[in-house]
Amino acid sequence: MTTTVTSHRTRPPAQPASLRARRLPWYAAPAIAVAALALSAALVYGIDIGGPVLVVVLGAVLYLVGLFAAANAVEGRRSARNRTWSALIHSAFVLAVLPLVSVVWTLVSKGTERLDGNFFQTSMNNIGARDANGGAYHAIVGTLEQVGIATLITVPLGILCAIYIVEYGRGKFAFTIRFFVDVMTGIPSIVSGLFVLAFWVLVVSPWFNDGRPSFSGFAAALALSVLMLPTIVRSTEEMLRLVPPPLREGAYALGVPKWKTILRVVLPTALPGIVTGVMLAIARAAGETAPVLLVAGGGAAINTNPFENNQSSLSLFVYQQAGDASKYAPARAWTAALTLVALVLILTIAAKLLARRNRLSR
Amino acid sequence: MGETPHRSADAGTGGTRVTQSHERPAGASARVAEAPVSTRSPGGTELGGGGALPRSRKFGAERAFRGLTLAAGTAVLVIIAAIAIFLVAKAVPALRANTEDFWSYEGWSPNETQPKFGIGALAFGTVLSSALALLIAVPVALGIALYLSHYAPRRLGTALGFLVDLLAAVPSVVFGLWGRDVFSSPVADFSVWLNQHFGWIPLFGGDGPFGASVMLGGLVLAIMVLPIITSLSREVFLQTPTANEEAALALGATRWEMLRTAVLPYGRPGIIAAMMLGLGRALGETIALALTLGITFNISFNLIQNGGNTIAANIANAFGEANETGRGALIASGLVLFAITLIVNITARAIIYRRREFTESAA
Repeated sequence: MTTTVTSHRTRPPAQPASLRARRLPWYAAPAIAVAALALSAALVYGIDIGGPVLVVVLGAVLYLVGLFAAANAVEGRRSARNRTWSALIHSAFVLAVLPLVSVVWTLVSKGTERLDGNFFQTSMNNIGARDANGGAYHAIVGTLEQVGIATLITVPLGILCAIYIVEYGRGKFAFTIRFFVDVMTGIPSIVSGLFVLAFWVLVVSPWFNDGRPSFSGFAAALALSVLMLPTIVRSTEEMLRLVPPPLREGAYALGVPKWKTILRVVLPTALPGIVTGVMLAIARAAGETAPVLLVAGGGAAINTNPFENNQSSLSLFVYQQAGDASKYAPARAWTAALTLVALVLILTIAAKLLARRNRLSR
Repeated sequence: MGETPHRSADAGTGGTRVTQSHERPAGASARVAEAPVSTRSPGGTELGGGGALPRSRKFGAERAFRGLTLAAGTAVLVIIAAIAIFLVAKAVPALRANTEDFWSYEGWSPNETQPKFGIGALAFGTVLSSALALLIAVPVALGIALYLSHYAPRRLGTALGFLVDLLAAVPSVVFGLWGRDVFSSPVADFSVWLNQHFGWIPLFGGDGPFGASVMLGGLVLAIMVLPIITSLSREVFLQTPTANEEAALALGATRWEMLRTAVLPYGRPGIIAAMMLGLGRALGETIALALTLGITFNISFNLIQNGGNTIAANIANAFGEANETGRGALIASGLVLFAITLIVNITARAIIYRRREFTESAA
């Protein structure tokens, strides 16, 4: 008895040898791969239709076909399908990693070219086409101010809206609000920029500015808040729903009014999750270019007043330098892109780490 | 979304965790507990019954707070309505001034004394580049998501999943810059090769120049939406009940059959949601396309010749030298984009809401 048991353990398909399905030997897959590559090289260079890239691509296709045929002959159709799909899934992974690695590599290699003190201490004011200097100080100031104001607007509004949806809202109206928050997540950033252009820059700002429309960092902040609001509402809503109901019921049983329960019990419990959502929303807003382009105008000089005159932002700086004809512009663009990515990634990583420590989970 | 049964049903399950981990909030609530109950008990002698409960005040904190949250909730509806109203208000004068048909004219010169502009080519370019991007990105993204959730070793899967989440946060302007500076030359080579060998297909016809084409824009878009779709669908795949997967395997299914019968059907609403989110981002993408497309104003299915344009990219490119009518024209095009994304989103949400109830009751 013991011998049969151990032999069963060593062989995963626990059947007598005669009943076990025939399997391809372990060396079959590499052998097919080598054969496919050789065949595709012979084909490509024989007819002369391409270079090494085509050899690899054609080789991969031939490998899939060969693998399917071999497995189909030896192991049967189901196993052949299984092997082909698993090869496809692995190749999808490799296929996607290549460009993403290239993006990261380019970002780091080109971005470090101008990564010096001058870049962070100067603006683009009076920097001509032949000037190798120039930096992003004004853009960094703009990004921080715009995102900061947008956060100040959005966080209270978003959290209150989520509280309404989760705690107070009943029936059709609450459902409508939820639905439109979902819809709002899909509003393109350029449309939110156009909205603030049509609403704030062209209609409201002339009141403060002697009848002339004026770009400002505050307008950009408004556009960013339109983008941040649905993200914050959704994440806060999720978090509020995760707060255990007995917690609320305990507070009600002690006679605490509902608003105090929400402010003193529900919100503190959900706080880490809410902060995570807010940080992710900030990270997304910091990378937006289009609304800033439309309503803040972008300028070369340092402007610390978000309520008057043009302001730039890091992402807009990248875009403008990318379109600049100066031969020094690409280096500035890449360094600004690296700075922007670093800023966004720091926020995102911090948010994810915070989310991991969150006690509330599904 | 029935809240009432949900709360009472969960009452027993969360009990121990509540007392262990929420000491501070519980203590805080006990401290404030007395005031509302003791001040307003009409009988005073007997406990229990409705008499012990405080009457609702007309101008209490409760009402004020409730009104505040209601106002915040309504703000969302107001914003959506305001977007539509202001865009329409600014677009109508420009549309009136347009001397050509807005829907069919292929061109964009709204700044002249005889403004001429049409949305046709732009809307076509928007849909074409987004469709191309999704066509490339969705299969690959689902492949990666399945790899990360069901094929890769657990540690590696988690680490790579984290990386994918980070890549999803990379701003689009970075992808655009990369597409223009790095990716355009391999795509140009590939386009020349396609043109040489498959030039008889209209998609790959034309006689150059190649490079800044719909293909480049679509590929950059695909690479951009790939992390988003991957990260969302990976999360969905990870949530598949283990029981379903094990049941499929126990019935003798191969791994692919298990994925096909247990994981993919369970994750379908999530996949649709992820696709739609990717589509929404692709449709509205501005800067990456403004940097990579060669701007033209004609309707053409040719993928590899320089050209292509989208509504959003056109707004970014033409905004600088737009006058009053030009701005109105751009706002009108933005309104069309808004309508397209709104339709896509509402359709997606409708599908998800209907499916969600189904899967939740089935699971």
